Amino acid sequence: MEHQTTIKVILIVAFAAFTVFLMLPGRGARHLAIRRLTMILILALTIAAVIFPNALNQVAHAVGVGRGADLLLYGLIVVFIGNALVQQRRSRHIEQQITRLARRLAIAEAERPLPRDTERPEADTAD
Amino acid sequence: MVPLFNEAAVIASVVKGALSVFPHIVCVDDGSSDDSAARALAAGAVVLRHPINLGQGAALQTGIDFALAQPGCDFVVTFDADGQHLVSDAQAMVRRLETEPLDVVLGSRFLDGRTRVGWSKRLVLRTAVFFERASSGIHLTDAHNGLRAFTRDAARRIEITQNRMAHASEIVNEIGKKKLRYAEQPVKVVYSAYSKAKGQSLWNSINILADLFLN
Repeated sequence: MEHQTTIKVILIVAFAAFTVFLMLPGRGARHLAIRRLTMILILALTIAAVIFPNALNQVAHAVGVGRGADLLLYGLIVVFIGNALVQQRRSRHIEQQITRLARRLAIAEAERPLPRDTERPEADTAD
Repeated sequence: MVPLFNEAAVIASVVKGALSVFPHIVCVDDGSSDDSAARALAAGAVVLRHPINLGQGAALQTGIDFALAQPGCDFVVTFDADGQHLVSDAQAMVRRLETEPLDVVLGSRFLDGRTRVGWSKRLVLRTAVFFERASSGIHLTDAHNGLRAFTRDAARRIEITQNRMAHASEIVNEIGKKKLRYAEQPVKVVYSAYSKAKGQSLWNSINILADLFLN
Protein backbone atom coordinates (compact mmCIF):
# COMPACT_ATOMS: atom_id res chain seq x y z
CA MET A 1 0.00 0.00 0.00
CA GLU A 2 2.81 2.42 0.86
CA HIS A 3 3.87 2.72 -2.81
CA GLN A 4 0.59 4.57 -3.47
CA THR A 5 1.76 7.54 -1.44
CA THR A 6 2.91 9.53 -4.48
CA ILE A 7 -0.46 9.56 -6.22
CA LYS A 8 -2.18 10.36 -2.94
CA VAL A 9 0.04 13.36 -2.43
CA ILE A 10 -0.57 14.53 -6.01
CA LEU A 11 -4.33 14.24 -5.69
CA ILE A 12 -4.48 15.89 -2.29
CA VAL A 13 -2.30 18.77 -3.49
CA ALA A 14 -4.52 19.18 -6.56
CA PHE A 15 -7.70 19.40 -4.50
CA ALA A 16 -6.11 21.66 -1.91
CA ALA A 17 -5.08 23.96 -4.75
CA PHE A 18 -8.70 24.02 -5.94
CA THR A 19 -9.87 24.96 -2.48
CA VAL A 20 -7.42 27.84 -2.30
CA PHE A 21 -8.38 28.90 -5.80
CA LEU A 22 -12.01 28.97 -4.74
CA MET A 23 -11.33 31.29 -1.82
CA LEU A 24 -9.12 33.75 -3.69
CA PRO A 25 -10.59 36.51 -5.77
CA GLY A 26 -10.15 36.11 -9.52
CA ARG A 27 -7.32 38.08 -11.06
CA GLY A 28 -8.25 38.93 -14.64
CA ALA A 29 -5.54 38.36 -17.22
CA ARG A 30 -3.34 36.10 -15.14
CA HIS A 31 -6.31 33.93 -14.29
CA LEU A 32 -7.31 33.56 -17.90
CA ALA A 33 -3.75 32.80 -18.95
CA ILE A 34 -3.38 30.08 -16.32
CA ARG A 35 -6.63 28.53 -17.45
CA ARG A 36 -5.54 28.48 -21.06
CA LEU A 37 -2.09 27.10 -20.26
CA THR A 38 -3.71 24.35 -18.22
CA MET A 39 -5.97 23.54 -21.13
CA ILE A 40 -3.02 23.27 -23.53
CA LEU A 41 -1.11 21.13 -21.06
CA ILE A 42 -4.05 18.77 -20.70
CA LEU A 43 -4.43 18.49 -24.47
CA ALA A 44 -0.72 17.81 -24.91
CA LEU A 45 -0.81 15.12 -22.23
CA THR A 46 -3.83 13.52 -23.85
CA ILE A 47 -2.15 13.37 -27.24
CA ALA A 48 1.01 11.98 -25.68
CA ALA A 49 -1.03 9.33 -23.89
CA VAL A 50 -2.66 8.29 -27.16
CA ILE A 51 0.66 8.03 -29.02
CA PHE A 52 2.58 6.33 -26.20
CA PRO A 53 0.13 4.21 -24.22
CA ASN A 54 2.99 2.41 -22.53
CA ALA A 55 4.39 5.65 -21.23
CA LEU A 56 1.09 6.16 -19.43
CA ASN A 57 1.56 2.80 -17.76
CA GLN A 58 5.09 3.68 -16.73
CA VAL A 59 4.03 7.01 -15.28
CA ALA A 60 1.25 5.22 -13.43
CA HIS A 61 3.71 2.78 -11.90
CA ALA A 62 6.06 5.60 -11.01
CA VAL A 63 3.42 7.38 -8.93
CA GLY A 64 2.08 4.18 -7.39
CA VAL A 65 -1.00 3.52 -9.54
CA GLY A 66 -1.60 0.02 -10.90
CA ARG A 67 -2.56 0.77 -14.49
CA GLY A 68 -2.35 3.68 -16.91
CA ALA A 69 -6.12 3.56 -17.29
CA ASP A 70 -6.55 4.17 -13.55
CA LEU A 71 -4.22 7.15 -13.71
CA LEU A 72 -6.28 8.47 -16.60
CA LEU A 73 -9.41 8.19 -14.47
CA TYR A 74 -7.78 10.09 -11.61
CA GLY A 75 -6.70 12.77 -14.03
CA LEU A 76 -10.19 12.97 -15.46
CA ILE A 77 -11.68 13.48 -12.01
CA VAL A 78 -9.22 16.25 -11.18
CA VAL A 79 -9.86 18.03 -14.49
CA PHE A 80 -13.61 17.61 -14.12
CA ILE A 81 -13.78 19.11 -10.66
CA GLY A 82 -11.42 21.91 -11.62
CA ASN A 83 -13.58 22.71 -14.60
CA ALA A 84 -16.73 22.71 -12.48
CA LEU A 85 -15.14 25.21 -10.10
CA VAL A 86 -14.01 27.49 -12.90
CA GLN A 87 -17.48 27.45 -14.41
CA GLN A 88 -19.09 28.18 -11.07
CA ARG A 89 -16.88 31.19 -10.56
CA ARG A 90 -17.58 32.34 -14.07
CA SER A 91 -21.34 32.13 -13.65
CA ARG A 92 -21.04 34.09 -10.43
CA HIS A 93 -19.20 36.80 -12.26
CA ILE A 94 -21.86 36.91 -14.96
CA GLU A 95 -24.52 37.07 -12.28
CA GLN A 96 -22.87 40.17 -10.86
CA GLN A 97 -22.87 41.80 -14.26
CA ILE A 98 -26.53 40.98 -14.79
CA THR A 99 -27.31 42.40 -11.37
CA ARG A 100 -25.67 45.70 -12.21
CA LEU A 101 -27.47 45.80 -15.52
CA ALA A 102 -30.86 45.05 -13.95
CA ARG A 103 -30.24 47.64 -11.23
CA ARG A 104 -29.48 50.35 -13.77
CA LEU A 105 -32.62 49.45 -15.67
CA ALA A 106 -34.81 49.41 -12.55
CA ILE A 107 -33.57 52.80 -11.40
CA ALA A 108 -33.81 54.34 -14.87
CA GLU A 109 -37.41 53.22 -15.20
CA ALA A 110 -38.61 54.05 -11.70
CA GLU A 111 -42.40 54.35 -11.55
CA ARG A 112 -43.74 57.14 -9.39
CA PRO A 113 -47.13 56.84 -7.75
CA LEU A 114 -50.06 59.03 -8.64
CA PRO A 115 -50.76 61.87 -6.21
CA ARG A 116 -51.88 60.51 -2.86
CA ASP A 117 -55.57 61.44 -3.11
CA THR A 118 -56.22 58.97 -5.91
CA GLU A 119 -55.78 55.82 -3.82
CA ARG A 120 -57.89 52.96 -4.93
CA PRO A 121 -60.03 51.38 -2.25
CA GLU A 122 -59.76 47.85 -3.68
CA ALA A 123 -56.05 47.76 -2.96
CA ASP A 124 -56.73 48.29 0.73
CA THR A 125 -56.33 45.10 2.72
CA ALA A 126 -55.33 46.66 6.01
CA ASP A 127 -55.95 44.51 9.03
CA MET B 1 -37.37 50.97 1.15
CA VAL B 2 -39.08 47.63 0.79
CA PRO B 3 -37.70 44.65 -1.14
CA LEU B 4 -40.74 43.09 -2.76
CA PHE B 5 -41.25 39.63 -4.16
CA ASN B 6 -44.68 38.11 -4.64
CA GLU B 7 -46.47 39.76 -1.71
CA ALA B 8 -49.56 41.00 -3.53
CA ALA B 9 -51.81 39.98 -0.64
CA VAL B 10 -50.24 42.31 1.91
CA ILE B 11 -48.07 44.87 0.15
CA ALA B 12 -50.74 47.56 -0.15
CA SER B 13 -51.39 47.64 3.59
CA VAL B 14 -47.67 47.55 4.34
CA VAL B 15 -47.03 50.51 2.04
CA LYS B 16 -49.97 52.49 3.41
CA GLY B 17 -48.92 51.81 6.97
CA ALA B 18 -45.40 52.99 6.24
CA LEU B 19 -46.61 56.08 4.36
CA SER B 20 -48.48 57.18 7.45
CA VAL B 21 -45.09 57.89 9.04
CA PHE B 22 -42.47 58.06 6.31
CA PRO B 23 -42.74 60.47 3.38
CA HIS B 24 -41.17 58.25 0.73
CA ILE B 25 -41.58 54.53 0.26
CA VAL B 26 -39.59 52.76 -2.42
CA CYS B 27 -40.57 49.20 -3.30
CA VAL B 28 -38.06 47.20 -5.30
CA ASP B 29 -40.06 44.58 -7.10
CA ASP B 30 -37.70 41.66 -7.59
CA GLY B 31 -39.35 40.14 -10.63
CA SER B 32 -42.62 39.22 -8.90
CA SER B 33 -44.93 37.02 -10.93
CA ASP B 34 -48.06 38.43 -9.28
CA ASP B 35 -49.31 42.02 -9.29
CA SER B 36 -47.31 43.09 -6.21
CA ALA B 37 -45.67 45.97 -8.07
CA ALA B 38 -48.95 47.43 -9.34
CA ARG B 39 -50.48 47.24 -5.87
CA ALA B 40 -47.47 48.89 -4.27
CA LEU B 41 -47.65 51.67 -6.84
CA ALA B 42 -51.39 52.12 -6.30
CA ALA B 43 -50.81 52.28 -2.57
CA GLY B 44 -48.44 55.19 -3.05
CA ALA B 45 -44.94 53.73 -3.26
CA VAL B 46 -42.31 54.47 -5.87
CA VAL B 47 -41.73 51.16 -7.64
CA LEU B 48 -38.46 49.96 -9.12
CA ARG B 49 -38.70 46.75 -11.08
CA HIS B 50 -35.93 44.25 -11.51
CA PRO B 51 -36.57 42.76 -14.94
CA ILE B 52 -35.64 39.34 -13.53
CA ASN B 53 -35.57 37.87 -10.05
CA LEU B 54 -32.16 38.52 -8.48
CA GLY B 55 -32.73 38.04 -4.77
CA GLN B 56 -33.41 40.15 -1.73
CA GLY B 57 -29.85 41.38 -1.31
CA ALA B 58 -29.82 42.71 -4.85
CA ALA B 59 -33.18 44.39 -4.29
CA LEU B 60 -31.91 46.13 -1.15
CA GLN B 61 -28.88 47.52 -2.95
CA THR B 62 -31.05 48.74 -5.83
CA GLY B 63 -33.37 50.53 -3.40
CA ILE B 64 -30.44 52.08 -1.54
CA ASP B 65 -28.84 53.29 -4.79
CA PHE B 66 -32.13 54.88 -5.79
CA ALA B 67 -32.72 56.47 -2.39
CA LEU B 68 -29.24 57.98 -2.34
CA ALA B 69 -29.88 59.55 -5.72
CA GLN B 70 -32.88 61.43 -4.31
CA PRO B 71 -32.18 64.90 -2.98
CA GLY B 72 -32.94 65.36 0.70
CA CYS B 73 -32.66 61.70 1.61
CA ASP B 74 -31.09 61.67 5.09
CA PHE B 75 -32.03 58.19 6.29
CA VAL B 76 -32.72 54.87 4.64
CA VAL B 77 -34.85 52.26 6.39
CA THR B 78 -35.18 48.71 5.10
CA PHE B 79 -38.52 47.11 5.81
CA ASP B 80 -39.91 43.68 4.91
CA ALA B 81 -42.80 43.52 2.46
CA ASP B 82 -44.73 40.80 4.25
CA GLY B 83 -45.96 42.89 7.15
CA GLN B 84 -43.60 41.39 9.75
CA HIS B 85 -42.42 44.74 11.02
CA LEU B 86 -44.07 47.55 12.91
CA VAL B 87 -43.83 51.06 11.49
CA SER B 88 -43.55 52.40 15.05
CA ASP B 89 -40.32 50.37 15.50
CA ALA B 90 -38.90 51.81 12.29
CA GLN B 91 -39.81 55.28 13.45
CA ALA B 92 -38.07 54.77 16.78
CA MET B 93 -34.94 53.59 14.96
CA VAL B 94 -34.77 56.70 12.78
CA ARG B 95 -35.27 58.83 15.85
CA ARG B 96 -32.24 57.21 17.43
CA LEU B 97 -30.18 58.02 14.34
CA GLU B 98 -31.28 61.61 14.67
CA THR B 99 -30.54 61.96 18.35
CA GLU B 100 -27.63 59.58 19.03
CA PRO B 101 -24.18 59.42 17.44
CA LEU B 102 -24.98 56.34 15.37
CA ASP B 103 -24.62 55.33 11.71
CA VAL B 104 -26.76 52.21 11.74
CA VAL B 105 -29.59 50.89 13.91
CA LEU B 106 -30.44 47.22 13.48
CA GLY B 107 -33.67 45.62 14.60
CA SER B 108 -33.53 42.67 16.96
CA ARG B 109 -36.43 40.44 17.91
CA PHE B 110 -34.58 39.03 20.91
CA LEU B 111 -34.18 42.15 23.01
CA ASP B 112 -37.62 42.24 24.52
CA GLY B 113 -40.41 39.78 25.10
CA ARG B 114 -42.68 40.95 22.31
CA THR B 115 -41.68 38.30 19.76
CA ARG B 116 -42.27 34.60 20.24
CA VAL B 117 -39.65 32.62 18.31
CA GLY B 118 -39.90 28.89 17.67
CA TRP B 119 -36.98 26.69 18.75
CA SER B 120 -35.75 25.78 15.26
CA LYS B 121 -35.73 29.39 14.12
CA ARG B 122 -34.08 30.41 17.34
CA LEU B 123 -31.37 27.78 16.82
CA VAL B 124 -30.69 28.88 13.25
CA LEU B 125 -30.52 32.54 14.22
CA ARG B 126 -28.27 31.85 17.20
CA THR B 127 -25.89 29.90 14.98
CA ALA B 128 -25.89 32.72 12.44
CA VAL B 129 -25.15 35.23 15.21
CA PHE B 130 -22.18 33.09 16.22
CA PHE B 131 -20.81 33.02 12.67
CA GLU B 132 -21.31 36.72 12.23
CA ARG B 133 -19.51 37.45 15.44
CA ALA B 134 -16.62 35.21 14.41
CA SER B 135 -16.27 36.79 10.96
CA SER B 136 -17.03 40.44 11.66
CA GLY B 137 -16.22 40.89 15.34
CA ILE B 138 -19.64 42.43 15.80
CA HIS B 139 -21.88 41.00 18.46
CA LEU B 140 -25.56 41.21 17.66
CA THR B 141 -28.48 39.38 19.17
CA ASP B 142 -30.41 38.88 15.92
CA ALA B 143 -28.75 37.78 12.72
CA HIS B 144 -31.43 38.16 10.15
CA ASN B 145 -33.78 40.99 10.81
CA GLY B 146 -35.05 42.90 7.79
CA LEU B 147 -35.66 46.09 9.76
CA ARG B 148 -32.62 48.36 9.60
CA ALA B 149 -32.06 52.09 9.58
CA PHE B 150 -29.03 53.75 8.02
CA THR B 151 -27.88 57.31 7.85
CA ARG B 152 -27.26 58.52 4.34
CA ASP B 153 -23.53 58.21 4.87
CA ALA B 154 -23.77 54.63 6.18
CA ALA B 155 -26.06 53.61 3.32
CA ARG B 156 -23.56 55.03 0.87
CA ARG B 157 -20.63 53.16 2.39
CA ILE B 158 -22.25 49.76 2.75
CA GLU B 159 -21.98 47.64 -0.36
CA ILE B 160 -24.22 44.62 -0.78
CA THR B 161 -22.85 42.14 -3.29
CA GLN B 162 -24.67 39.10 -1.95
CA ASN B 163 -27.73 38.88 -4.15
CA ARG B 164 -29.62 36.30 -2.15
CA MET B 165 -30.17 35.91 1.57
CA ALA B 166 -26.53 36.09 2.68
CA HIS B 167 -26.76 39.87 2.45
CA ALA B 168 -27.81 40.07 6.09
CA SER B 169 -24.45 38.72 7.23
CA GLU B 170 -22.73 40.79 4.59
CA ILE B 171 -24.25 43.98 5.99
CA VAL B 172 -22.93 43.06 9.44
CA ASN B 173 -19.49 42.42 7.93
CA GLU B 174 -19.59 45.76 6.18
CA ILE B 175 -20.49 47.53 9.41
CA GLY B 176 -17.43 45.94 11.00
CA LYS B 177 -15.12 46.60 8.07
CA LYS B 178 -16.13 50.23 7.63
CA LYS B 179 -16.17 50.84 11.38
CA LEU B 180 -19.70 52.22 11.43
CA ARG B 181 -21.25 53.09 14.76
CA TYR B 182 -24.15 50.73 15.31
CA ALA B 183 -26.77 49.87 17.88
CA GLU B 184 -29.56 47.35 18.18
CA GLN B 185 -33.15 48.28 18.73
CA PRO B 186 -35.73 45.90 20.18
CA VAL B 187 -38.38 45.32 17.54
CA LYS B 188 -41.37 43.06 17.28
CA VAL B 189 -41.56 40.56 14.46
CA VAL B 190 -45.15 39.64 13.70
CA TYR B 191 -45.39 36.00 12.75
CA SER B 192 -48.72 35.84 11.03
CA ALA B 193 -49.91 32.63 9.41
CA TYR B 194 -49.07 34.38 6.17
CA SER B 195 -45.46 35.18 6.98
CA LYS B 196 -44.91 31.77 8.57
CA ALA B 197 -46.00 30.05 5.40
CA LYS B 198 -43.42 32.05 3.45
CA GLY B 199 -40.63 31.92 6.03
CA GLN B 200 -37.04 30.88 5.56
CA SER B 201 -36.44 27.17 5.72
CA LEU B 202 -33.56 25.51 7.51
CA TRP B 203 -32.17 24.52 4.13
CA ASN B 204 -31.75 28.14 3.29
CA SER B 205 -29.22 28.61 6.06
CA ILE B 206 -26.98 26.10 4.29
CA ASN B 207 -27.28 28.11 1.09
CA ILE B 208 -26.41 31.25 3.01
CA LEU B 209 -23.25 29.66 4.38
CA ALA B 210 -22.24 28.50 0.92
CA ASP B 211 -22.86 31.96 -0.53
CA LEU B 212 -20.74 33.55 2.16
CA PHE B 213 -17.72 31.30 1.96
CA LEU B 214 -17.47 30.30 -1.68
CA ASN B 215 -16.50 32.82 -4.27
